[in-house]
Amino acid sequence: MKNFKIFIIILLFFNYSPLKADQEKLQNKISKNLRCLICQGQSVYDSDSEFAISLKLVIKNKTKEGLSEDQIYDFLTEKYGEWILYDPKFNKNTYLLWILPLLIFLLGGAIVFKKLKN
Amino acid sequence: MKNRSIFLFLVIFLIFLFVIFYKGLKESSLYEPKSEIKKDIPVFTALTLFEEEKVSSKNIFAKDKFYLLNIWASWCLPCKDEHPFLVSLSDYKQLEIIGLNYKDNLKNAKKFLNEFGNPYRKIFIDKDGTKSIEWGAFGVPETFLIYENKILRKFVGPLNVKSVREIESILK
Repeated sequence: MKNFKIFIIILLFFNYSPLKADQEKLQNKISKNLRCLICQGQSVYDSDSEFAISLKLVIKNKTKEGLSEDQIYDFLTEKYGEWILYDPKFNKNTYLLWILPLLIFLLGGAIVFKKLKN
Repeated sequence: MKNRSIFLFLVIFLIFLFVIFYKGLKESSLYEPKSEIKKDIPVFTALTLFEEEKVSSKNIFAKDKFYLLNIWASWCLPCKDEHPFLVSLSDYKQLEIIGLNYKDNLKNAKKFLNEFGNPYRKIFIDKDGTKSIEWGAFGVPETFLIYENKILRKFVGPLNVKSVREIESILK
């Protein structure tokens, strides 16, 4: 019985790896920011489709290979296009998307400011 | 004067918004991947179905020849529908058809080929689906036309008369 306990403790000890936990967190974060392209309104993280299962495996392999989050996004946008990202990157196709809310906010602010001043 | 300029600005802004939303209405909400792409093919190593040896894709896709990479599985019904098209395309001398067997039971895959004919020169095994992701595939069936290590066309879903005609016109 004692041996068994020691065995369990050793087993638990060797299974504990903060690195592994970090990697899993990163994998989940990445898969939550990816659109499951063959599902409707689901992220890769939420989906259990064959496509999503394979994609999660690819993310796992890539993080194990040491690729960073951005490198994985780049890899996947090269394969599937910008559409796969829920959080599209800032580039010439998406700049309006990013700047427009800010512009509208500033405009609204200016109007309010002017009204108050009057 | 001031009120008028604000009014004018608002009208222009509303027209701007209207145009954007009106254009958005006309756009299809269905996502369709581009079929014409000039991308380099991915390099991978995988087991082959009949020889059961590890082969690198570098040794398969040579230059100055057309290749058709077909992702298929025995459990996939549309694959059964497109199979006769692949068999007929395998008659072309300038074209080689390479299979990528997707998440399949190997016994069933062999049975499928025995029953319906084997148009493939080589078949790679993609047990976990990760190789298909490297190709940018969505599922089965999917077909890529390759020339000089570049993807010329991508056909998502089963091949049909139209896509076969397109392939034939490129071959000629």
